[in-house]
Amino acid sequence: MGQTIVVRDLHKRYGDVHAVDGVSFFVEEGEFFGILGPNGAGKTTTLEIIEGLRQADAGTVEVLGLSPWPRNPRLLPRIGVQLQASSFFERLTAREQIRTFASLYGVPPAKADEMLAVVGLEDKAGTRAEQLSGGQSQRLSIACALVHDPEVLFLDEPSAALDPQARRNLWDLLRSINKAGRTVVLTTHYMDEAESLCDRVAIMDNGRILELGPPATLVRGLDSATHISLETGTLALADARELAGPEAAVEDDGVSLKIATHAPATVLTALAERNLLTGIQVRGATLEDVFLNLTGREYRA
Amino acid sequence: MTPLRSLSRAMLYGFLRDRMALFFAILFPLMFLVLFGTILANPGTSKSEIIQVGAVPLLDNAPAAREVLEISKADDLAAAQEKVRRGDATAAVRQQGDKLELYYSAADQVRAGTVQGVFGQLVGQANMAGVPQRFTLATEQVEDKSLNTIQYITPGLLAWAISMGAAFGAAATLVTWREKKILRRLRLAPVRTGTIVSARVGVSLAISLLQTAIFLGVASLPVFGLQLSAYWWMAVPLVIAGTLVFMAIGMVAGGLAKSAEGATSVANLIVLPMAFLSGAFFPLDAAPGWLQTLSNIFPMKHMTQGMLDVLVRGQGPASVLPELGIILGFALVIGVAAVLIFRWDDV
Ligand SMILES: Nc1ncnc2c1ncn2[C@@H]1O[C@H](COP(=O)(O)OP(=O)(O)O)[C@@H](O)[C@H]1O
Ligand SMILES: [Mg+2]
Repeated sequence: MGQTIVVRDLHKRYGDVHAVDGVSFFVEEGEFFGILGPNGAGKTTTLEIIEGLRQADAGTVEVLGLSPWPRNPRLLPRIGVQLQASSFFERLTAREQIRTFASLYGVPPAKADEMLAVVGLEDKAGTRAEQLSGGQSQRLSIACALVHDPEVLFLDEPSAALDPQARRNLWDLLRSINKAGRTVVLTTHYMDEAESLCDRVAIMDNGRILELGPPATLVRGLDSATHISLETGTLALADARELAGPEAAVEDDGVSLKIATHAPATVLTALAERNLLTGIQVRGATLEDVFLNLTGREYRA
Repeated sequence: MTPLRSLSRAMLYGFLRDRMALFFAILFPLMFLVLFGTILANPGTSKSEIIQVGAVPLLDNAPAAREVLEISKADDLAAAQEKVRRGDATAAVRQQGDKLELYYSAADQVRAGTVQGVFGQLVGQANMAGVPQRFTLATEQVEDKSLNTIQYITPGLLAWAISMGAAFGAAATLVTWREKKILRRLRLAPVRTGTIVSARVGVSLAISLLQTAIFLGVASLPVFGLQLSAYWWMAVPLVIAGTLVFMAIGMVAGGLAKSAEGATSVANLIVLPMAFLSGAFFPLDAAPGWLQTLSNIFPMKHMTQGMLDVLVRGQGPASVLPELGIILGFALVIGVAAVLIFRWDDV
């Protein structure tokens, strides 16, 4: 066992658009796997081929050792797919929604109500799905995807259009779902989301996977500078240049003084000696830098 | 709960909680019924006009009757009957020896009833006063087979209401569920397509039967005065067959349209003209021959026809079997087309 999902050389074309252009990867059992890329990268197409909603032009997919296409009734009860926030039955309450989905899998209503509590919606059980907030309906759709206790959970941009607080809550929920032993595959165009949640990420652009690995490894492999910024006026520009050494880039835009260095430890030690660590900001390389490095383009979702 | 039951419930709640859908399925057709029933029936509480043909001694000896009847005199029975038929008078009366003949129009059930009652009483009183039973009352409807307004409009409007409900229900659900990706979500659940379709068909049938019950119930109220004939229950299979046809039509519309609005418009474009051309709103008897022939290609024509026969014309249960067969034939053909056009998804 071990490998829950195996994708080999997937291709999908829409007219002239090569939406998926030779994608291969595997996802291990219990892993939190991310597909990261800007809009139009081909994430949704890839995910929906794996879920069995679309047919690939070429390539093979195996989920839990089974082929998802054509529609495979033996596989369906073992996977959970999160709906887009709006895909609910019209004019049904949260409780009615999840109980309806539960019945499709032969799951009793009590179990459905329990799942509602797991995602923190028990006080919204009587509210119609249309009246839930963005974060609440996102959690409801995840609950509906989990109600039959699937081994693999697929999520397509679950935190799109959520406010920061709702995003954090969602992240906590997703982490706990993964901790409970489920394999989770998620697509996102948020760098920070992939970094914070995923064991491994595939960075995708123009239908291809550019890089694949744990976020930390990808970032470390970059050898890019660490950015340190202080409030303007706490340190003179000349002093900063001297302290940071010749290879660092130092600039002051009138609000903050920024030092970009490959030897952050030395610089931070020197700043500590001068007792200047209060209010300091340190930002290491992120997946954004990885993307920039891979494509030569600034990352914009 | 089984998937079939829970899906049916989800669809039924979706309908019952949608005020617009309820309005168009139930209230809107009832508004037509009330409108037509009131305008065309033209009831009043004034005296009923009676044409007395020749001498009617019985009437002359009954001053009490004159208080509720306004009596004019004529000599020619045929002319008097024609007046009644046109609605200028409620009834014509003639006395032939000990037999009183009353000719009334069914166009106005309420007045016809009143007049019959008055004369029945008149004859009864005369017989009580006189020695052994002398008078008999013979009543006859001046129209031979034409029907009064409520009798005619109820079956047609009901056929139209059911067609609309079924077509719109199927078209709108299909497109909305596809648009909102519920269909693809259902496709990801281990539920059979047959279950989803059965749920939809079951809910549409339930709604149609509810429409029928409410519609016939309201039309039978004394104000409207619908008189159902003995085999009215044969309308039930007609309603079921009609629902199936128009669901199939709605499915085709939903399969062709991109949006829910589009689907409703397409369904409207099909159903509304068909209602006019099928005689659901007014009789086609006066329409040109070619139109009457053309109307046979519309399932609603056969539905209206069948409903008229069993609901008000008092025809036997077997009389609608041909219509039923034709409607089911339509359902089969259009149903196959709907299945071929069906898409789970926009992608
Ligand atoms: N059903 C479709 N028909 C035509 N083009 C499509 C379809 N689905 C996706 N595409 C195209 O394929 C590319 C990848 O789309 P998608 O997989 O949705 O990207 P992402 O989810 O990463 O934003 C885009 O250029 C998109 O326009
Ligand atoms: Mg996408």
